[in-house]
Amino acid sequence: MSQLNLRNAARVGLLAGVVALSVSAIGMVESFDQRDLITDLFTLGQLLLFSAPLVAGYMVTKGVRDADNGAAVLLGLVSGVLTAVPPIALILLTLIAPNIRNALVNVSPALISILTFGASQIIGSLILAVIMAVLGVIGAAIHIVPEAVRKPILYGFGWTLGLGMLSDVLLNILRPLLGRSLVRLFFGTKGITFVSAAIIFVLSIAITIWWQSGGQSQYEARKASLSEAQAKRSRQISIGAGIVALLLLPLILGTYLTEVVDNVGLFILMGLGLNIVVGFAGLLDLGYVAFFAIGAYVMGILTSQGDLGIIDMSFWLALPISVAAAVTAGVLLGMPVLRMRGDYLAIVTLGFGEIIRVMATSDLLKPYIGGAQGILQIAKPTSGSFTMVQPEHFYYLILAGAGLAVFVSWRLRDSRLGRQWMALREDEDVAEAMGINLVSTKLLAFGIGAAFSGLAGAIFATRLSSIFPHSFNLLISINVLSLIIVGGIGSLPGVVVGALVLVGLPELLREFAQYRLLLYGALMIAMMLARPEGLWPSSITRREFHAEDEVVGGVQ
Amino acid sequence: MALLEVNDIHTYYGNIHALKGISVTVEEGEIVSLIGGNGAGKTTTLRTISGLLQPRSGNVLFAGEDLSKYRAHHLVAKGIAMVPEGRGVFARLSVSENLGMGAYHRNDKDGIAEDLERVYKLFPRLEERQNQVAGTLSGGEQQMLAMGRAMMSRPSLLLMDEPSMGLAPVLVEAIFDTIEEINKEGTTILLVEQNAHMALQVAHRGYVLQTGEIILSNSAQELQKDPTVQKAYLGIE
Repeated sequence: MSQLNLRNAARVGLLAGVVALSVSAIGMVESFDQRDLITDLFTLGQLLLFSAPLVAGYMVTKGVRDADNGAAVLLGLVSGVLTAVPPIALILLTLIAPNIRNALVNVSPALISILTFGASQIIGSLILAVIMAVLGVIGAAIHIVPEAVRKPILYGFGWTLGLGMLSDVLLNILRPLLGRSLVRLFFGTKGITFVSAAIIFVLSIAITIWWQSGGQSQYEARKASLSEAQAKRSRQISIGAGIVALLLLPLILGTYLTEVVDNVGLFILMGLGLNIVVGFAGLLDLGYVAFFAIGAYVMGILTSQGDLGIIDMSFWLALPISVAAAVTAGVLLGMPVLRMRGDYLAIVTLGFGEIIRVMATSDLLKPYIGGAQGILQIAKPTSGSFTMVQPEHFYYLILAGAGLAVFVSWRLRDSRLGRQWMALREDEDVAEAMGINLVSTKLLAFGIGAAFSGLAGAIFATRLSSIFPHSFNLLISINVLSLIIVGGIGSLPGVVVGALVLVGLPELLREFAQYRLLLYGALMIAMMLARPEGLWPSSITRREFHAEDEVVGGVQ
Repeated sequence: MALLEVNDIHTYYGNIHALKGISVTVEEGEIVSLIGGNGAGKTTTLRTISGLLQPRSGNVLFAGEDLSKYRAHHLVAKGIAMVPEGRGVFARLSVSENLGMGAYHRNDKDGIAEDLERVYKLFPRLEERQNQVAGTLSGGEQQMLAMGRAMMSRPSLLLMDEPSMGLAPVLVEAIFDTIEEINKEGTTILLVEQNAHMALQVAHRGYVLQTGEIILSNSAQELQKDPTVQKAYLGIE
């Protein structure tokens, strides 16, 4: 038995080592190393590198029984040491073959210096092996340590690293509040300082311990003791506070971060639309960007003050027309695909999205929509003498749009139409046998989904003042679909969480940009393995993935 | 006037002539069984009645009204409910959500609550499991759920496609007991079955189909005695 486990430990360790080797060789480690999590102490690149032995150690000891600590430590050690082997091979390779960069461009001296901690190749390799071995054991120890100790420590590291990663954002928000000297105390040039890291670490551990040792039960007891009216009131208060916070957000975030939030908001808006089509009605639409493009182009043509503008309309007048155009396109696309299901539907919609993009670049339509040069000088929204130009202004426009979309989605989900969509998603034939009109149900899903996307497109056009066909490529559709999947299909909060993770984070961590698709892929695979229901799943999906627990616990 | 009158329907799958002139009548209050082997056209007949397939010629009258002008989804409101083959429950929804879906086109809250109670009385098992996900029910429970869901539309005619399929014999008995009970409460039933023995025991009348044609029709009692039926479908030599 133990021999079998050792083989597994070796396999997983080597696999993790190969992952560490690959992320190094493609330049990710070096590029992520630019960002300090804790100034002069720990970088994002190191986090990437060192999570390999940690995860390996954690995984190989999963099956070990609680009592057998020695075995767990041994397995962790083996996997940790073996994780170091492939990167060390790379280091030593640079000794034998100094010209390795001709083949592997990213294996730079800087990378080797990261891997060897600045020491020579031989000594550095030894250091790396020791550190990875220790990390492997720590990964294994996660299973051994009792939960009362494990949880606070994990939360401590989680918060410290998480906030360290977002130090730009924190600095942006806190700079006006703290004095110069405090800012210098808490923030280094590229990340948080050791002082603030220590504060965050200790605080989060303290809070977790307090929460475990009675805080949670106290909170739940208080919550349970509230009368129904009080509970309702406290819910109203928290919703009210949430709305106030959303309204004040741009003041806190400043211009740059508001710009990022605007982007996230547009994706939330599109995500909510696609969520109706894919999440509620179960119709897999891969050409969703088409409606975004149509909304943007109609807005452009109607309001542009350049050569291509036709009537110089105001934004507010053009907005409903853009949305209506997107809805029309949604219904028109819906009609021919009424009889298609699953894969076939996905392929046809994929084609539709491409058709729209190709048409936008075509010479045929160039006199009207500008071809590859796009449409310029799109009007900004005005009201009286006030013109929206700042990201902060658009923030409120997008917030209003997304708020409307959330409200509409939420009301529709529990409506008769929501039931129809649910039945359609679960089983088209049975839905028809239940007396559901499939034609209108599907067309309404396509139409309403397209409306949100068209709205997002119209705002997108006016925000940037110019639009180009290449902004409307397949990647947008994939982005929106991914954020729904990551957030949890069919879940409204899931859309927001998904957009924050998939759109917001990469914007904040510019190092990601180059590796965005790679990280998307890795995240998708990890999600499918570890949390297929999404980060914030809807009740139906949650139930689906935990149905077995219910049966086991239920009456037999 | 018969509640359901199927007049000489011919239904095709592409070029395949699946129904070669089927005529069936169901009087109000009856249980009528269509029996026959694989490929006899039983399910095709049911699907044509429920509007999922269109006959090339012939017509279907429900309470004297020609159904060809309606699409499948209109029939529930007309009073025809279908229990599909293979049960077809919404696997990810709970038992009570499935039942709610059966009453989806109705607006009368009190009536729906009343019918829900009736269904739970017919199938106490479903009440016990009302919050369980339908996909985790046993085959028999899923069949009960599909029947209960159809009853939630308060139909005057219930179409059932192979209710005994894939069920243990003891469950088949229970299901057919319930069919009789539903019928006694006033719902007319047309059911399609391979299990001719059970089907003819509960039915008032029966039709025997073979390769798209009706070869025999009689009262269920007479059919049970018929030598052809005994030999071909009841396994009696």
